[in-house]
Amino acid sequence: MSQVISDELMEYIANLAKLELSEKEKEQAKKDMERMLSYIDKLNELDTEGIEPLSHIFSVNNVFREDVVTNGDDSENILSNAPERKDEAFKVPKTVE
Amino acid sequence: MSKQYETVIGLEIHVELATKTKIFCSCSTEFGGKPNTHTCPVCTGMPGSLPVLNKQVVEYAIAVGLATNCEITQYCKFDRKNYFYPDNPQNYQISQLYLPICRNGGIEIDTPSGKKTIGIREIHMEEDAGKLIHDEWEECSLVDFNRSGVPLIEIVSKPDMRSAEEVIAYVDKLRLIIQYLGASDCKLQEGSMRVDVNLSVRELGSKEFGTRTEMKNLNSYKAIARAIEAEKNRQIELLEEGKEVIQETRRWDDNKETSYSMRSKEDAHDYRYFPEPDLVPIVISDEWIENIRKRQPELREEKLKRYKEQFNIPDYDAKILTSSKKIADIFEATTAICNKPKKVSNWLMGETMRLMKEEGIEAEELSFSPENLAKLIELVEEGAINNSVAKEVFEIIFKEDIDPKKYVEEKGLKIVKDEGLLIKTIKEVIEENPKSVEDYRGGKKKAIGFLVGQTMKKMKGKADPSMINKILKELL
Repeated sequence: MSQVISDELMEYIANLAKLELSEKEKEQAKKDMERMLSYIDKLNELDTEGIEPLSHIFSVNNVFREDVVTNGDDSENILSNAPERKDEAFKVPKTVE
Repeated sequence: MSKQYETVIGLEIHVELATKTKIFCSCSTEFGGKPNTHTCPVCTGMPGSLPVLNKQVVEYAIAVGLATNCEITQYCKFDRKNYFYPDNPQNYQISQLYLPICRNGGIEIDTPSGKKTIGIREIHMEEDAGKLIHDEWEECSLVDFNRSGVPLIEIVSKPDMRSAEEVIAYVDKLRLIIQYLGASDCKLQEGSMRVDVNLSVRELGSKEFGTRTEMKNLNSYKAIARAIEAEKNRQIELLEEGKEVIQETRRWDDNKETSYSMRSKEDAHDYRYFPEPDLVPIVISDEWIENIRKRQPELREEKLKRYKEQFNIPDYDAKILTSSKKIADIFEATTAICNKPKKVSNWLMGETMRLMKEEGIEAEELSFSPENLAKLIELVEEGAINNSVAKEVFEIIFKEDIDPKKYVEEKGLKIVKDEGLLIKTIKEVIEENPKSVEDYRGGKKKAIGFLVGQTMKKMKGKADPSMINKILKELL
């Protein structure tokens, strides 16, 4: 069974992801998502009654750090990643509240 | 207004935890560093970086949960909350949606009509965002990620409050609990405690909730009270005009005493939460919870009771002394040295609070040491200085934390015990003020006050007023 992604839904998802897609890309993305959803439908055929949802495939718990400062000032390195920089800060388009 | 309305309020409170490092990396949480000096690939969202959870964050969250009567979720996880904003470098915030660490708690508050329990739906752990500074010269914003990744807990109440008074009682109680636990300093002004008010109105007696709004940017108890009053009135007006309340986030402007809609965030409500794959689940054993429970410090209610019993101080004093952990700490430390609880209490409730008000400082900022306050109390008790000198000296202790013994010695402020000198001075005063002497002898007993004052002036304040009184009476 294949699900159909409507144009509205496609528009909405693109908007949430802050993507501007061409008509051709939208059609392609719709097809890709439909394929993904039909794969999920396949999984839904399994009986998962009484099985806890699994979020991690490793049986590892409680990985912690002690509360000790070990990082120093690495701002020059960090700021070298900024697409735009002003003084000691990342520069971004003006945000309004 | 013909109809009667009821205000329904629930709160979301963000509290910055007092850890030394951030929630997922070993960067310092220290406030006020140069922009971006407390950052690393993790807290600036660089691809391939891996968050590792700070154990202390979990311990503080459990401690707050226990102190607010919550159930601890012994298998809990983090989730990703997805949204785009320049202060959020990962384009998601690591938070908890499905299995928050604490659930179903509540605390009791005092209201004019008796005790009332305000329910706590949940407490979850999350990371703070960076700080946006709007550039003064250019059309741009600047991002400082020093705050990005600072640990927060968000405490979500049930919609159990009905007035600004109840809201403030609840916030204040919560603030004290968290301060006493040492989990945060909870400063509203500085944003280490941020209160968002969810408010709706409904006709009195109605079982349904009205449409609510969320109010942000409330930096003081006063702002909270004003914003509640204004938002309640705004919603009632809309309903009275037959209009609808729109569910939205509003920002309070305390200078203008009004709020406005934050429309820019309207399209960002679909957060598409999913389990955080980079962090493994947290399993909290019974032993771990018990260990934290055992280590819980004495909270305010217990302190209040103990102060009355152990130190025999009045309920009124005990309430004021415990209204801030800092003041309670100073009280206990000073009393431990000089063993005069009532005197210590008087200095804290009187001069300390007066100076705090005058200087406009918070209890947390008090910087004088209990040792010096204890020494001052001893100086007064020994009769080495009189009360008015003590008040002057205290002002300097309050501001500069000086050693009062040395100070009094150096400045020669000790009471002059030389009776000969005192008698000589008093005789001069009597000579110079025949009018007052006459008045006194003529039955105006109050006139002696003036003569005591004149003597004190000549002695430059370094005399014992009761001694002057005694000698004056003898001589007149």
